[in-house]
Amino acid sequence: MDWPKKSERNKNLKQIIAFTSFKLLSYAVVMILFLILAQIVFKGFSVISWEFLTAMPEDGMTKGGIFPAIVGTFYLVLGSMIFAFPIGVLSAIYINEYTKDSFYKRFIKLMTNSLAGIPSIVFGLFGMTLFVNTLGFGDSILAGSLTLGLLTLPVVIRTTEEALKSVDDSFRHGGYALGATKLQTIRRVVLPIAFPNIITGLILSIGRVSGETAPILFTVAAYFLPKLPSGIFDQVMALPYHLYVISTSGTNVAESQPIAYGTALVLIMIVLLVNIAANTLRRYLGKKVKMN
Amino acid sequence: MKYFIKKLTEKFIEGALFLSSTVTTLTIILIVFFLFREGFSLFKHSPVEDGFVIAVNKGNPVDKITGPQIMDIFDQEITNWEKVGGANDSIILFRIDNISDYYTEAQLGDSFQYVPQLISRLIDSIPGMVAFIPATYAVDGFKGRVIELPNVSMKKFFTEKEWYPTAQPAAQMGVLALIMGTLWVSLGAILLALPLGLATAIYMAEIANEKTRRVLKPLIELLAGIPSVVYGFFGLVIIVPLIQKVFELPVGETGLAGSIILAIMALPTIITISEDALRTTPRAMKEASLALGANKWQTISRVTVPYAASGISAAAILGMGRAIGETMAVLMVTGNAAVMPHTLLEPVRTIPATIAAELGEATQGGLHFKALFALGCILFIITMVVNLTVEYISSKRKLTKR
Repeated sequence: MDWPKKSERNKNLKQIIAFTSFKLLSYAVVMILFLILAQIVFKGFSVISWEFLTAMPEDGMTKGGIFPAIVGTFYLVLGSMIFAFPIGVLSAIYINEYTKDSFYKRFIKLMTNSLAGIPSIVFGLFGMTLFVNTLGFGDSILAGSLTLGLLTLPVVIRTTEEALKSVDDSFRHGGYALGATKLQTIRRVVLPIAFPNIITGLILSIGRVSGETAPILFTVAAYFLPKLPSGIFDQVMALPYHLYVISTSGTNVAESQPIAYGTALVLIMIVLLVNIAANTLRRYLGKKVKMN
Repeated sequence: MKYFIKKLTEKFIEGALFLSSTVTTLTIILIVFFLFREGFSLFKHSPVEDGFVIAVNKGNPVDKITGPQIMDIFDQEITNWEKVGGANDSIILFRIDNISDYYTEAQLGDSFQYVPQLISRLIDSIPGMVAFIPATYAVDGFKGRVIELPNVSMKKFFTEKEWYPTAQPAAQMGVLALIMGTLWVSLGAILLALPLGLATAIYMAEIANEKTRRVLKPLIELLAGIPSVVYGFFGLVIIVPLIQKVFELPVGETGLAGSIILAIMALPTIITISEDALRTTPRAMKEASLALGANKWQTISRVTVPYAASGISAAAILGMGRAIGETMAVLMVTGNAAVMPHTLLEPVRTIPATIAAELGEATQGGLHFKALFALGCILFIITMVVNLTVEYISSKRKLTKR
């Protein structure tokens, strides 16, 4: 009875080796994340000050702050959300509440997934021809916001759909049983329950929009524009494009590197805050709904 | 009446809901329309920039010159008309700047108003001359003969390697080097990311306890949330110098740098989708395996992973698709040399990076502009194929599950 034991030992040894290496590889992935965060946080932290956040860039973007880029990104996020959020939510309501498992439902899903897979640079090309040239908006906040809105629409639709799906059918039946119409049930019963998850989706897409560069390259972003926009037909600077410019093609790449670190840190902070906000909201509002 | 209004409002809102649901479809239709309209018009265009023509002497028997030939002629690689099917006569080049070699400033006139006639006369008097001149000069009374170059051909667009979209007099539009660059970088990224991502997915789905998983999951999501331009910046300040030092290269901006950055960026996609796929393995199957005396690892490697194989391949394909379309990070770290890549340690240029880098300089509606839209079409088609493949795989999975 020697051989079963040996193979048993062999088998377990293999398991230990496999599990340990998988564990190490997983930690390696996390290490990569921390490496990136640490690099940018440590080098960027000393750059960030109140002045950095609120001053105009100076001296060929090697000195001064990034205020116009922050404002620009804020407007772009706001504009794209005004466009994408209502359409995305309405679209998801229609897909989830009104269509049965029909051909149309599958078709819309396929289209939404396909739209989500289209590279952001293609959105840039599209936004440039449609909004900037054909509709004549020029390089403007409007054109950039619409382009970014279309880009993020699939994200909003998907998360809203998931949120609606997670609402148990018994709630809907309860609404109907009380004599409410379908629309009343959706508005008064389904949407309030799904609300926290819908908002989570909204917040996550804000994170996505604020970091996108390729779609705004040819629709709105200005290389250097040390003033604030006065209307939706103005060009703006934007944080991600600013980071790209000063780290690759600025007037003095070496000298503006601290600013690049600072800008990268601001971008990372936005993403971090967005993620934390989304997770907290999900937990907090999720509990509240359950208690009701 | 009140009931009627209520009913009408409901119908109206339902209509709005339906209209919203069509927006994604409309967007795709519009993208296809605008992208392909601009992209395909490239192939109805001669490789000579709008507003310019190639003209020769009227007695010159040559009536067909291709784009590459005209480039060779103007680069003085071809110096005799015999090589392009003409008489044995040497070729004399004429660009608009050469005008001062033939005429004095006084002859050209105060506001250069005599230039068109002089050029016309010049071409008429020198039999071996080929001229690259503005189209406005070659109108009524022009004594030379304008040669029409064949249009940019789709076959050459895909099979030639030279990408000089702004070359004068004839642009060279070969995207093979760009396509190969894109594929090389993306393939490298997947080869790096797949083992790492799969290992993490298996660890998270099968090995780690719930507590570890709850820590890992948001971290992976965070990795997905970091903007691509930040990845590009990180690559530029950390990975590029590292590669330069390790491999002792003159420049660190290489395909490898692009692959590494893209691999990191593809990790969240691969991990999330593989993990979901691994989780769909029925409990009964795993328990059957354990009941037969297999240990956990044997169950994972012989039951769980094979069962999830199609989902894992979908993850790999989707990750590859993301890598192919990624723009900013690649633009920042790959060095952007539009040459055929031989190893990953050379600068390469990808399709999205080319669009991002060159569209700003291209004239609206010009030849270069159209060529970049044609690149956009290629990118669109590749990503559509990727999406539909993934869709197909996942729909098949659902069928077999039932």
